[in-house]
Amino acid sequence: MAVRVEAAAFDPGAELSAFARGRTDIGAIVTFTGIVRDDGGLRRLEIEHYPGMTERAIAAIEAEAVARWNLHDSLVIHRFGALAPGAPIMMVATAAPHRGDAFAAAEFLMDYLKSRAPFWKREVTGSGAAWVAAKEADEDALGRWQD
Amino acid sequence: MIDVLYFAWVRERIGLPKERLDTGAATVADLVSELRAREERYEAAFADLSALRVAVDQQLTTFDAPLAGAREVAFFPPMTGG
Repeated sequence: MAVRVEAAAFDPGAELSAFARGRTDIGAIVTFTGIVRDDGGLRRLEIEHYPGMTERAIAAIEAEAVARWNLHDSLVIHRFGALAPGAPIMMVATAAPHRGDAFAAAEFLMDYLKSRAPFWKREVTGSGAAWVAAKEADEDALGRWQD
Repeated sequence: MIDVLYFAWVRERIGLPKERLDTGAATVADLVSELRAREERYEAAFADLSALRVAVDQQLTTFDAPLAGAREVAFFPPMTGG
């Protein structure tokens, strides 16, 4: 289980290779990579976070995933600072003996990272800057994981 | 003494990221009332609590949470990670 919150760019392919290297105990790896999307006129995406709480919150979400599924490893990378359109923002990888657990745990991690890890996005365009509002759909997505 | 942190537009409205306060507030809601009474910029930031989230000692909680023994309180908008 690893959590990295960092400003530096990362290479999703290299991260996947390193995550998988030398493992013989797993049959499935699922990865998700979030990319800075430009819906028109985006100059950069700025991400603010809460140092300390961010790492704790992600570690708690990972621990919950481990408790629910048969996971042998997981990786969460999330960047902060100024990001250019097209740049990777974040990545989740899950490793499990079977794909069902790897897929479900990756979706769970993504759903919780969206609305329970303390990050805030701000879009800077040619005409100004605006904080991205949380979507109700993201909050609703958590409902499906509640027993 | 308690550290109070602000993030995203809450930080922008209040005009600072962090301050140390001497407060006797028993709950988060009491602390919010104290802050709102201080200055217009706090009133503007805390006008709609449904648009805010709060963490006490880096754990998400609710506005009725007690502050006894807390070292750090943070106020911020709903999170937009991922």
